[in-house]
Amino acid sequence: MDKTNDTRTIVIDPVTRIEGHAKITIRLDENGRVADARFHVNEFRGFEKFCEGRLVWEMPGLTSRICGICPASHLIASAKAGDDILAIQIPETAELLRRVLMLGQWIQSHALSFFHLSAPDFLLGFDADPATRNLFGLLANNKEFLRKGIRLRKFGQEIIAILGGRRIHTPWAVAGGVRDPMSNEEHAAIAAWLPEAKATVLEAIDVMKSVNDRYRKEIPNFGNFRSLYVGLVAEDGSFEYYGGGIRVMDGMGNTLADRVPPREYARLFEEKSEEWTYLKVPYYKSFGPAEGMYRVGPLARLNICDRMGTPLAEAERRTFRQLAGEQETVNNAFFYHYARTIEMLFAVEEVERLLGHPLIRGLHVRARAMINSMSGVGACEAPRGTLFHHYEVDENGVLQKVNLLIATAQNNSAMNRTVRQLAARYLDGKEVTEGLLNRIEAGIRCYDPCLSCSTHAAGSMALHVVLESADGTILDERKR
Amino acid sequence: MAVITFSINGEPVSGRQDESILEIARQHNIRIPTLCHLDGLSDVGACRLCLVEVEGTAKLFPACSTFPSENMVVRTDTDRLRRYRRTIVELLASEGNHQCAVCVVNNHCELQNLAYQVGLEHVRVQYLFPRKDLDASHRDYIIDRNRCVLCTRCVRVCHEVEGAHVWDIANRGINCEIIADMHQPWGTSDSCTSCGKCVLVCPVGALIEKGATVAEMEKHRAFLPYIMTARTKHEWIARAIEED
Ligand code: SF4
Ligand code: SF4
Ligand code: FES
Repeated sequence: MDKTNDTRTIVIDPVTRIEGHAKITIRLDENGRVADARFHVNEFRGFEKFCEGRLVWEMPGLTSRICGICPASHLIASAKAGDDILAIQIPETAELLRRVLMLGQWIQSHALSFFHLSAPDFLLGFDADPATRNLFGLLANNKEFLRKGIRLRKFGQEIIAILGGRRIHTPWAVAGGVRDPMSNEEHAAIAAWLPEAKATVLEAIDVMKSVNDRYRKEIPNFGNFRSLYVGLVAEDGSFEYYGGGIRVMDGMGNTLADRVPPREYARLFEEKSEEWTYLKVPYYKSFGPAEGMYRVGPLARLNICDRMGTPLAEAERRTFRQLAGEQETVNNAFFYHYARTIEMLFAVEEVERLLGHPLIRGLHVRARAMINSMSGVGACEAPRGTLFHHYEVDENGVLQKVNLLIATAQNNSAMNRTVRQLAARYLDGKEVTEGLLNRIEAGIRCYDPCLSCSTHAAGSMALHVVLESADGTILDERKR
Repeated sequence: MAVITFSINGEPVSGRQDESILEIARQHNIRIPTLCHLDGLSDVGACRLCLVEVEGTAKLFPACSTFPSENMVVRTDTDRLRRYRRTIVELLASEGNHQCAVCVVNNHCELQNLAYQVGLEHVRVQYLFPRKDLDASHRDYIIDRNRCVLCTRCVRVCHEVEGAHVWDIANRGINCEIIADMHQPWGTSDSCTSCGKCVLVCPVGALIEKGATVAEMEKHRAFLPYIMTARTKHEWIARAIEED
């Protein structure tokens, strides 16, 4: 019998507590050992095609509807690609305001990931009864902490609502700047949240550190491997989320490319299509598809930057760096969570800094121009990692080609590898134990993948596990 | 001009012989939905939303372009009319590509307002999803034929008010489309003066300003009766003489 016919496949579907819908297959070899793991993404199909023939000015509004979880990130990347096509220098106030919007997105998204989606694992343990290992189980014991988390997320949502005019899919950022300036009332409303938000984030960081301690033994199995790291850094090499250039670093801390203008992203990365996922999987070009696997998002951003621009976050980053031990970069996916909490701290401090900027309430927020370049790229750091929007237009601004490079696609290879590592450690025979499922889910959640425009109810625990042989016969099936 | 008396919805009304049923109804605060009609332009009876019933005949008449006769009995709000109006709006919605949420005139759109007015909750007919062009060749404006409802307001305002006659309708039936000059890109039109009147009168997001983003455009149409009154009554001449 040929080898492929003898493999068995375990399917875990859907991965709960991830935004949207996904499926996992674990492929076993003939000895029942884990051969491969795949995290399937069935979203995003056709969006790029759908935009072709439309106008560059509509794109922020259109693309911010790709995802209900981080619409503001698509909005900003799209508006920046538009700035690039208009070849325009946007007013300084507009940049400050766009930055505030992005931080609002970070706060709401990171708070969701930490408090709603991952906290049940942290606080109740991976082997806890699934009936209570969810938001409701968590509520029973940690009500106050969770309430603060919900408020923190609300703060992020408020920022977006205040700036974007109370819409989820806000078309407030446009090619050339933003649509409306910030009023005194809006400024005051955001500022009023800051002390509470900072206190909550500091508490979250303490909890995170105690979790890091508590799971010292488990953590080495959570996607612990060297990979490349990609993200934006500022001109001076410091932490960046809105502007700057691309930095690529390897898992030993060597900088492979630095401050490359986003316009040249295609020089660094190539995308390959796979038949098992709708996402195109990008890799670092000069290393090839296998070696070129890279990670983006909080872990990557904290690894690649020289420093963070706000004092408390910078102090925490130094503590984070110590986790690298002998190595130069922190290579363990579990520490995405820790990095995320540090970024929340940065975001709160940075909003404070921006609100204090003398130009934040400026009235000149939009520049206008016609098509000055036939191609444009906009990049920004979405909560889950670097996001690129690349548009080609005709001389009238009608889109001829659209390419979007999203964080979840960029992390796809690393997520597969993480699942494989966890399965290799926790899969026992042919049985898919509750503990294994929980760990795989938790491993995926390190990356906080965003998969569709719909948020699943937090804590819904529907799991479907199928054990298949290579010819498709179901050997075992388990639902919960 | 002779004054005639007739009834609308049982209420006795009167108006001049050269006033349409629509105009007289409005003077008596009776609302009839319209789309292709615009104060200041001639009427063509294209959209059929203003249809009314007249006693003694099974035929329906467009109020905007029908003139009353003595003792006519007109009804504007029967079950049958409501049903027809709803269907007309459904057909309009289904024969274009209307993604309101990302449309430049979202929340400021006459087609949307009509949908609310006729109580449209969902479209029962199949959407056609036609492939239509978007022409962005003009320096300042764009025509997106995906959202055109063929009301011909643009055609009329350009011909009757601006005097340029850039726009026309090509083809027949479902293939009708608004074209510029000799069916060429708008930006290459020699007759277009770039006055922008067509953009302002367009009831939907088909004619828009370049650079406008989602839900950003509001159209101001009050200029039209103003210009027309000035023109027909020669008010600017009177003022010029006064100022002399
Ligand atoms: S023109 Fe009106 S009905 Fe059509 S998409 Fe735009 S808002 Fe909707
Ligand atoms: S472009 Fe606008 S004004 Fe002209 S016919 Fe179409 S909907 Fe009417
Ligand atoms: S308004 Fe009378 S037919 Fe259109």
